Amino acid sequence: MNDEQDLFAASLRTLLQAHADPAVVRAIEAGGPAQALWQALQDSGFADALLPEAQGGAGLGLGEAFGLLALCGEFALPVPLGETLLARGLLAQAGLAWPEGPLTLAAQALDDGDRILCTSVPCARVASHVLLRHLDRCALLPVAEARVEASGLAQETTLSWPLATWQAAPAWPGALPPLRELQAVLYAAQMAGAMRAVFERSLQHANERQQFGRPIGKFQAIQHQLSVMAELVFASRMAARLGCQGPVQAPDPLRAALAKARCSEAAPEVAALGHSIHGAIGFTAEFDLQLYTRRLHAWRQAGGSESHWQGVLGEALVNGHEGLALDLLRQLTDATPLTA
Amino acid sequence: MSALDSLDLTPIPAEDEALRAPVRAFLAEALRGVPGVTRARSWSGYDPAFSRALGAQGWLGITLPTAYGGGGRSPYARYVLVEEFLNAGAPVGSHWIADRQSGPLILKYGTEAQKRHYLPAICRGEAFFCIGMSEPGAGSDLASVRTRATRTDTGWRLSGQKIWTTNAHHCHYMIALVRSSGEAGDRQQGLSQFIVDLSLPGVTVRPITDQSGDRHFCEVFFDDVALAPEALIGAEGQGWAQVTAELAFERSGPERLYSSIVLFDEWLAFVRQDAATHPQRNTAALRLAGRVLAQLAPLRAMSVAVTGRLARGDSPVVESALVKDLGTGVEQLIPAALADDLGTRLAEGLPVPLGLLHTLNYVIQVAPSYSLRGGTRDILRGMIARGLGLR
Repeated sequence: MNDEQDLFAASLRTLLQAHADPAVVRAIEAGGPAQALWQALQDSGFADALLPEAQGGAGLGLGEAFGLLALCGEFALPVPLGETLLARGLLAQAGLAWPEGPLTLAAQALDDGDRILCTSVPCARVASHVLLRHLDRCALLPVAEARVEASGLAQETTLSWPLATWQAAPAWPGALPPLRELQAVLYAAQMAGAMRAVFERSLQHANERQQFGRPIGKFQAIQHQLSVMAELVFASRMAARLGCQGPVQAPDPLRAALAKARCSEAAPEVAALGHSIHGAIGFTAEFDLQLYTRRLHAWRQAGGSESHWQGVLGEALVNGHEGLALDLLRQLTDATPLTA
Repeated sequence: MSALDSLDLTPIPAEDEALRAPVRAFLAEALRGVPGVTRARSWSGYDPAFSRALGAQGWLGITLPTAYGGGGRSPYARYVLVEEFLNAGAPVGSHWIADRQSGPLILKYGTEAQKRHYLPAICRGEAFFCIGMSEPGAGSDLASVRTRATRTDTGWRLSGQKIWTTNAHHCHYMIALVRSSGEAGDRQQGLSQFIVDLSLPGVTVRPITDQSGDRHFCEVFFDDVALAPEALIGAEGQGWAQVTAELAFERSGPERLYSSIVLFDEWLAFVRQDAATHPQRNTAALRLAGRVLAQLAPLRAMSVAVTGRLARGDSPVVESALVKDLGTGVEQLIPAALADDLGTRLAEGLPVPLGLLHTLNYVIQVAPSYSLRGGTRDILRGMIARGLGLR
């Protein structure tokens, strides 16, 4: 399935073009209300995409959800649609109920005296609950009961709850969900989408901006920067797509690692190239480029930056594998035909 | 929709994947005891007897029709074979160009007589080809070639010079891009391709020693070489279009990912052994292994996807250029990063196998050619930018 054949993604793109333009992104990031945008998404059913059809969802696996997750990045979506559809999928699989509103994810926490602390949680201010996995537990914690502090980058927030709140949360039935791997594939896909947005804008800018009497895209130095960007966008998109495989409760851990390692490595390079091509205007709050480049830096770290995931892959290749690297490479990349 | 969305995850068909096990078993036997520094030469390695042995197995010209001695299989079958050859470090240089592009070019543009003459010999590993494109005054600016074919009563007369011609000193034939009408200022107009028998009078081949000490590319001089009429391949004046199509085959294959893979595997085997007893001093090496793997994985998926496009008869020129530029980047990252890892160990008084250093030092010296052969990095990047919509 390529992007043109992805009818879910085409439909979400239309919706986001109508409801999530850069003005909306700015307003919500600045602390404005997110209810109207969330209601439109909720009504469209995308947040239920991974639910079984018997529960009113579309029954998608991660592979079919890739296009949706990438669009969340391409539009710098200021509400946690990707996190919510993954969380609802997990909760449904576990036979648990979920609250109405948007959900976000945290795959670890710090003990901070008598409180439990989650740093840099994406879109937490506009979420009703955080699905937190920490040590041997996983549970939904209400944002309304948290002490909240903006982290200073994009829409990331640090939250803390009294230890007693965490300890009182109900136990997760069965095996704990793979939140770390799901964060990896989600933010890889969102980075792939945001990198594409940075590339498209940079290409347009290079065609329009005139210096020395011609569009700056006529200069070989700019052409080469655009080409390098395109290569990184292309490779990241393929890596993220490879990461999005399998059902929500069981993503392939090494493919998730490869997706996050590759996209996190590429994201700061693509952001830097975008700023280089745009010059000073791209650094202004008024210009849209920063909506995507700041998020690229946030998502590069969210769920683990590249060195962490490279270490996971390297452990598998060195200590968990014998013989040719090719055989692990094939295992990571061989396509299984997607069900339509 | 942009080319950036044009590649799907593409499965290799099971019947083609089934070739992998027998090829691997054959290579394990054939390459037993060959050291890494030799295997690292891979598609630069010259061994005509090995090529004939592959031909006897039916593994050359596998995509060519059976009527011409080929395997009648899909490009995926060739992908699997070549992926195994390169990862094993098999000496596939003798037949490499013939198998990859000369055979398909002759099949596409040749007359029936040309196909019958050349293709069965290519499939047996008995006819080796080289590519006559670059000239002293026509490198990246390929359209400015000056070697000229002039019509005579009996065919054509060829005069001029080619350079950087890989393996010309070991090949039977060159497919040369030359000017058959007009002047150098006519650029892409008036160019044609000829199959030149390199044993003809007037052909002089001089190998050039490269910085690694190997002699795999050559100068080739044509001093009024008399060619028969049937030396022309394809239509007169269509040489540029034919060459452009040929380059899509040349740029996207597994050889753009795996040029340093023998070194990487040899290093991995060492790290595996060292980490088993000293895990704490191998943390950075594990991350490096993961970094390389994470770069190779999407590239392999893209390269298989381009193969799928070629199998459907497309000519994905921009996608091929993207894969080649990125792929050669990883191929060059491997020796650079491994040199840092091994150099750090040596400075700290830690053991490093001598054989591994030999392989590394060979690859370091040959690596600059990765982003020169088949179109330089700068030329590819210009193509990519224009192909993606830069006006």
